[in-house]
Amino acid sequence: MTLDQVVVTVAGFTLVAVVAWFFWLKPSQGVRAASTSDGYQEQLVLVRGGYTPDTIRVAAGKPVRLLFRRVETAACSERVVIPDFERSADLPTGVVVPIEFMPVEPGEHEFTCQMGMLRGRILVEAA
Amino acid sequence: MTTAADLRGIGPVVSPSIAAVRRFGTLATASPAEDRKAEYRGLMRKWWFGAAVGLPTMVLSYPWLIPVVRDIFPRGSAQLWWLWVAMGAASLAVIVYSGNQFFSGAWEALKHRSANMHTLIAVGTGTAWAYSTVALLFPQLFPSADMTDVYYDVTVVVTALVVLGMALEVKARGRTSEAIEKLVGLQPKTARVLRNGVETEIPVDEVVVGDVVVVRPGGKVPVDGIVTDGTSAIDESMITGESMPVAKAPGDEIIGATINTTGSLRFRATKVGADTTLATIVRMVGDAQASRVPIQRIVDVVSAYFTPAVVILSILGFVVWYDFGPAPAFAYATIVAVTTLIIACPCALGMATPMSLTTGIGLAASHGILIRSGDALQAAKKIDTVVLDKTGTITVGKPTVTDVVPAEGFESDAVLKLAAAAERDSEHPLAAAIVESAAERQLTPPELSSFEAVPGHGIRARIGGRRLLVGKRPFLEAAGVKAEPLAAGAARLADEGKTPVFVAFDERLAGVIAIADPIKADSVAAIAALHRLGLRVVMITGDNRRTAAAIARRAGIQTVLAEVLPQDKAYEVRRLQLEGRVVAMVGDGINDAPALAQADVGFAIGTGTDVAIEASDITLITGSLHGVATAIGISRATMRNVYQNLFGAFVYNGLGLPVALGVLYPIAGVLLSPILAALAMSFSSVTVISNANRLKRFRLQEVAS
Repeated sequence: MTLDQVVVTVAGFTLVAVVAWFFWLKPSQGVRAASTSDGYQEQLVLVRGGYTPDTIRVAAGKPVRLLFRRVETAACSERVVIPDFERSADLPTGVVVPIEFMPVEPGEHEFTCQMGMLRGRILVEAA
Repeated sequence: MTTAADLRGIGPVVSPSIAAVRRFGTLATASPAEDRKAEYRGLMRKWWFGAAVGLPTMVLSYPWLIPVVRDIFPRGSAQLWWLWVAMGAASLAVIVYSGNQFFSGAWEALKHRSANMHTLIAVGTGTAWAYSTVALLFPQLFPSADMTDVYYDVTVVVTALVVLGMALEVKARGRTSEAIEKLVGLQPKTARVLRNGVETEIPVDEVVVGDVVVVRPGGKVPVDGIVTDGTSAIDESMITGESMPVAKAPGDEIIGATINTTGSLRFRATKVGADTTLATIVRMVGDAQASRVPIQRIVDVVSAYFTPAVVILSILGFVVWYDFGPAPAFAYATIVAVTTLIIACPCALGMATPMSLTTGIGLAASHGILIRSGDALQAAKKIDTVVLDKTGTITVGKPTVTDVVPAEGFESDAVLKLAAAAERDSEHPLAAAIVESAAERQLTPPELSSFEAVPGHGIRARIGGRRLLVGKRPFLEAAGVKAEPLAAGAARLADEGKTPVFVAFDERLAGVIAIADPIKADSVAAIAALHRLGLRVVMITGDNRRTAAAIARRAGIQTVLAEVLPQDKAYEVRRLQLEGRVVAMVGDGINDAPALAQADVGFAIGTGTDVAIEASDITLITGSLHGVATAIGISRATMRNVYQNLFGAFVYNGLGLPVALGVLYPIAGVLLSPILAALAMSFSSVTVISNANRLKRFRLQEVAS
């Protein structure tokens, strides 16, 4: 094996490790949804190539209102689905669309686009 | 912290209370359909630009292969170098104009530490462009001259093809949701209401419960209500799928978005806005379309790892080709890495089930069948036994007089008149049938001078001084009336599943009236269709065995569960399930809700109320049993489509990736070009959607055949 091959091989495997770490081992404290005067836990979620924030922490036992605002036209994100709470909504570009649900028990739930390409998480914590 | 108040100024905010309305577009500022059209036009412009640059780029990337061009731009010449510089600039323009969404999409995803199709295409085309540009500007970095060929054609053509694929995808995707857009489009914009005695045309949003709405011949019914004046026939096909217009008279329910035919009607609005049947249907169909088929969970796991895994594969491919591949190793390794990135298609995988589900559930909705979720659809596919409630499902659900057999010396109208006189004050369910039948024949029953009901047996009454008896045969015989002459006739009626009622007047037998809950006109054909689907059909009823057997025979059903109390229906369903059967229960949702819930799939028939929709997995808005066969047929077709799509997507990626990585090279000397990879990738996602759209060609006849 020549020197350049060694370099390429070592660099390649390092890159593989970086890719795996970067995409699969991301930390996720997430954002805590704020309480509103009407008793909801509310969070604005920006939709552009992903969800910002993509991890939302809420307390169990209080209703949650996620306000989705899509700021792109790519068809991928035109619908958001929260399968565990049986909620979904079309997201026309530029319109704030609320989705409400009631997290009863602590646990982890996903919200995704219809194809499951964009992903976010709702972490329900014990109140 | 963000509250609704903070959001003003960043875009229109929709109040949560009208969120439901908002979702099916009544208040939408931009509909998904318009968004999609704009998206399609934009992508097509990008494609044409990419194609216009791509064609000459492809030709001029290999000038030494073309006779005349070969002489103008010989290899290693200055003019070729300048040509390539021009191509590099042109392909940069293609990246910026046609391919910018890949780079911005990849960047947005990267910020979320995730990867998607955009990441793969951006890295692939970007790598090809960067390699070419370095080779062009700094050839001294490369050990040999044959490594300094450029691959601008890869950048341009791949970008153009993938953009074209996306455009076709957007277009086809629009077609899958046509069903719901059609439903939304049914909603009339205005209504004519009577206010202060004046007929005014107002926007449909302003109609309130209690308004008297006027519908002219040929007009659309704006909201749900109850007819107060006039008679007409209403075409309800758009909601129920029932092609025959339905007669409406005062007191009848009327559904918004249906079309009045010839008569003029007035009705009182009972449900408006987001509460109407149409709104409920639209909301439910939309939610069901966005729900998940259970099998999707496997796909979700795969797709969560898919894209980064492809990136890793492409890096490993590069390393292997660099270390062990033929010379020029760097060029080959780059091509392999780029091809691998481009051929992988997470889209086909992600779209496989949602596209079929959207089409299948939309298709069902257009036949008046509301499938609640992907779970219900997948379950419906596995059904092998269908339990039909008798009353209201197989039969009309309302007892009516079917035969009147007079004894010698009596007219049938006289018999009915006498019976109606006796039954007028009775509360027995069969009494209503007799009274109604007499009224239909415009018979006026005589006045009674005395009345006495003997529960469980019959009625003893007097007209003037003469005695009138109506009831079971033993009741009459106990009173000394000879019922013998009509006994044979009564037995025959009972064998037909009818209930015979004996009438005696002035100590003589007057006649026998047969009452039955008639079988719906199309039940026999629908049950035959279920049999043709290979399903076992079971009838469940509280009737006695003899009546039940008679009705089952006429309906074409072999298996009967008779004398089942309403509360035991769920238990009988459970028993069938314990035999290993996958059971569908079909009922009107009134007294069989527990059985509907116990069944693997509960069908509520003949209703569009929210309550019934909530309680059942599948709702058949029409009363026709045909809907069961159609729903099962559509579920089977949809699930088959899902499996085809998933199979296609897995096979495509499973074969495409190894080929792109060059496993065929040592065997057959074949290496995939990145341009072919782009073609395959675009084609695969378009194929998935086209296959889903194919579902729309599903015909009802297919259920029967």
